[in-house]
Amino acid sequence: MAGLLLELFSEEIPARMQVQAARDLEKLVVGALSDRGLLLEGVKVFSGPRRLTLAMSGLPARQPDVKEELKGPKTDAPAAALDGFLRKTGLTKDQLKVEKTPKGDVYLAVIDRKGRDTIEVLAEILPECFAKLPWPKSMRFPSSPVRWVRPLHGIVCMFDAEVVPFEFAGVKSGNTTVGHRFLSDGKPIRVRHFEDYEKALHDAHVVLDAEQRKAIIFEELKAAAFVRGLELIPDEGLLDEVAGLAEWPVVLVGAIQDEFMDVPPEILQTSMRTHQKYFSLRDPQTGKMANRFAVISNMVAQDGGKEIIAGNERVLRARLSDAKFFWDQDRKRSLESRVNDLKTIVFHAKAGTVYGRACRIAILSMIYAELLGFDVKKSERAGLLAKADLLSGVVGEFPELQGIMGGYYARADNEDDAVADAVRDHYKPVGASDAVPTAPISVATALAEKTDNLISLWRAGEVPTGSKDPFALRRSALGLIRTLMENKLRVPLLLPAFATLGAYIQPSGASWEERLEDSPFDGNILKGIADDLLAFARDAKKGGTKISGADRQIVSDVMAFLADRLKVALREKGTRHDLIDAVFSLGGEDDLVRLAARVEALQNFLKSDDGANLLVAYKRAANILKAEEKKDNRSFDGDSDPQAFVLPEEKSLYVELAAASEMIRAEVERERFVEAMGVMARLRKPVDAFFDKVTVNDKDAKLRENRLKLLSRLRATLHLVADFSKIEG
Amino acid sequence: MAKKKTFQDLILTLQAYWAKQGCVILQPYDVEMGAGTFHPATTLRALGPNPWRAAYVQPSRRPKDGRYGENPNRLQHYYQFQVIMKPAPSDIQELYLGSLREIGLDPKLHDIRFVEDDWESPTLGAWGLGWEVWCDGMEVSQFTYFQQVGGIDCDPVSGEITYGLERLAMYVQDVEWVYDLAFAEQPDGRIVRYGEVFLQNEQEQSAFNFELADTEILFQHFKDYEKQCRELLAANTKMALPAYDQCIKASHCFNLLDARGVISVTERAAYIARVRALAKACCEAWLETPMGAYTPRFV
Repeated sequence: MAGLLLELFSEEIPARMQVQAARDLEKLVVGALSDRGLLLEGVKVFSGPRRLTLAMSGLPARQPDVKEELKGPKTDAPAAALDGFLRKTGLTKDQLKVEKTPKGDVYLAVIDRKGRDTIEVLAEILPECFAKLPWPKSMRFPSSPVRWVRPLHGIVCMFDAEVVPFEFAGVKSGNTTVGHRFLSDGKPIRVRHFEDYEKALHDAHVVLDAEQRKAIIFEELKAAAFVRGLELIPDEGLLDEVAGLAEWPVVLVGAIQDEFMDVPPEILQTSMRTHQKYFSLRDPQTGKMANRFAVISNMVAQDGGKEIIAGNERVLRARLSDAKFFWDQDRKRSLESRVNDLKTIVFHAKAGTVYGRACRIAILSMIYAELLGFDVKKSERAGLLAKADLLSGVVGEFPELQGIMGGYYARADNEDDAVADAVRDHYKPVGASDAVPTAPISVATALAEKTDNLISLWRAGEVPTGSKDPFALRRSALGLIRTLMENKLRVPLLLPAFATLGAYIQPSGASWEERLEDSPFDGNILKGIADDLLAFARDAKKGGTKISGADRQIVSDVMAFLADRLKVALREKGTRHDLIDAVFSLGGEDDLVRLAARVEALQNFLKSDDGANLLVAYKRAANILKAEEKKDNRSFDGDSDPQAFVLPEEKSLYVELAAASEMIRAEVERERFVEAMGVMARLRKPVDAFFDKVTVNDKDAKLRENRLKLLSRLRATLHLVADFSKIEG
Repeated sequence: MAKKKTFQDLILTLQAYWAKQGCVILQPYDVEMGAGTFHPATTLRALGPNPWRAAYVQPSRRPKDGRYGENPNRLQHYYQFQVIMKPAPSDIQELYLGSLREIGLDPKLHDIRFVEDDWESPTLGAWGLGWEVWCDGMEVSQFTYFQQVGGIDCDPVSGEITYGLERLAMYVQDVEWVYDLAFAEQPDGRIVRYGEVFLQNEQEQSAFNFELADTEILFQHFKDYEKQCRELLAANTKMALPAYDQCIKASHCFNLLDARGVISVTERAAYIARVRALAKACCEAWLETPMGAYTPRFV
């Protein structure tokens, strides 16, 4: 048993790729070895800015010998077949055995495959493994056809203290590596196996293990904060990244000049994190950001880091003075005054300017507020101001601060707190893990923003397909769904959807953008338009004719898209997809909360005994109906003749169904889905009794028809709740 | 301690250093451009089989970066020092570090890092993998292995190094305000400051970029350059170099329009695509010209 040491030494590998690359390398090498009968005892991989390292223990010195049996042609087959088999196996005829099989005698070749030396196998498979490493982004080398992440400079490959000889990307394997780029003397370090390798590298200022580097950084950061009476603002993502940027991490702390400390902390932190990869510190008592930053350097400088800290402070000053310049500049103008400037930004070539979008968002915020009973005036204001920070300097510099900055500017303008919060939060939820807004005005604005996005871009032809969704409409849809569901808000979505479309159709004659020409902040202009559009939407929802078929299609496509997203969301929460389909396919529902409540009630009902049983009965009824409808080529809809029933079980089912369908209809109307299911449950007994005692396909045609009509009635009654034919099992 | 290098010393040092590495020392290209990469000595010469090494200073204009002379280090006009080596030699990183030592940045005192930064120029249809080089958190250079230019694979692969000269000089001179940089030292010991040379230019050009540039004229210029470029590339002419000049000019018009804030996010993409189409066509034409197609017998 022996050990393998492998190091791939290259120019700096991107931090985000290192860990996965080491894992991939391990998988590829272990896989290739086991494919060749070579099993090992232990394997470790390490990654860092300039090297990937793999250490294996307990590898055998040779592959095991194997006997391989190959069946050949029948003994009475033509000579050509035998010749071919001999060529293929490299044996002579007298080396073949003959095996008796039920189909006759066949030749059998037994080939002894001698195991090869492991070192030889390694030399063969390793270059193949390296070539297969799946880098997220790779480059062609200047002088070799190989594609890899960055130019490779050295390969250490030692098996049992011997060099495994091979070449990859023009680099020959050997037994020497080099240490830290600046902290070592740069001379080749000769290694034999993993233990002396790891130690030699440590002596040459390389901490091999990323986890160890992370631990060093984290501990040093905590200590550096502690001795200054501060605490670290943890940032796991940044920690991972900086651990991939240093072979010998050293934490240094610098000062943020006081003049920057009244800049919003989001700006400071974003600037420090994204541009400089600095950690932020805070006062543990107040939670406020401290005027210190921590940088992870890759150097033990001869002057103790003085120059490095001074340099970093200087860079930060420049960065922050840039940010502060924008922040100060931005507040010289009110958000309100910026709305008009949005006319200069095209939202989409087929959907007008961002100014138009801001107006629509204001209108939709009002409509949502009206439907939900929120403050309409404040919703209008928030909607109108929501996009006004887009042309601010800070957002130009840090697009990820859109909304957040608007909130600050709104507050600086003394806008109402609820309005400022809504401006800040209207993008929410930004991702799957982000919280949805909960404050009323924020909710109205957030819903408006997403509705406008969906309808406007859909109308502009930006329909998501497969993996293509350049305007993140899926995220908009999911955000809309989550905001409604998590706040349990009841909205007939068709109204805002039609209203958005109405803004483009401009149903009230004169262009509403013209009506807004002077300023949307004047008087009740927007409110008037919102009322017009809501009236238009109500009419369209009822099937009115002021809207073309093509436009109606846009709304119904967006609704179907929302339904699909809702399905995905519900499925992720463990709701059965077939039940979702069963409720969805009833159609005509534009209130997502009600839809979900119905699906949930159905799921619970089917878990009960009565539910499961009723489903079986339904399937039976549906199958019979299907067969008979086909046979007679007619439907059996319509009322049975109560006088024509013969057996008590059919009579009683008739009576029970009549009562139940009325009650179910009423309960569904009142959105009492659990109660509606309760009524259905009571049908189980008469239904079971019916199937037990009554033969549907009676010889008497009249009797048969009457009974089939009864089954059809049963099917229709259950369909009041959901399309049971979609339910599996 | 050795005397700190003036801004122009820095340029002269880098020129001398890279000349020793076999680079042709060129002078700035006489068309406004956003970066040294746009210089035909990089864009066009990175394509085709012919080996090429060049270094030059290129004034780079980024209208949007104007700060009216009020920002410590952001400028709408600044100097890049550009090195292009085709094919990239295997010790190009070491050569680069050698240049830092030459200009007085001792890696034993500073924290030099190669941080992933894949370069991409959507306007040139060009991209490459590489890093930004950090010195104590300051990006002092961009280091790229070209993979494609004008949508065409680079074979062989070039190595490109771009120094932001002002930032680098601020570092070397320990200056916090770019206009305080010593541009030159005269024989009588008088220091000519960067501000003396460029402050007024920053103030006036920023006003031009953000407030005064006539957008109608620019839109028209853009169209004209685009048209002229197309004409030069038409089937029987194939004038790659003059056509490429038109392409760079169109690109600069676009940058000005962008600074004026009259181009929306979506329009932006469309404009960039138009310039890219021109660049691509120029690159393709270049490969059919004598120097573009030239294959040396011994490489």
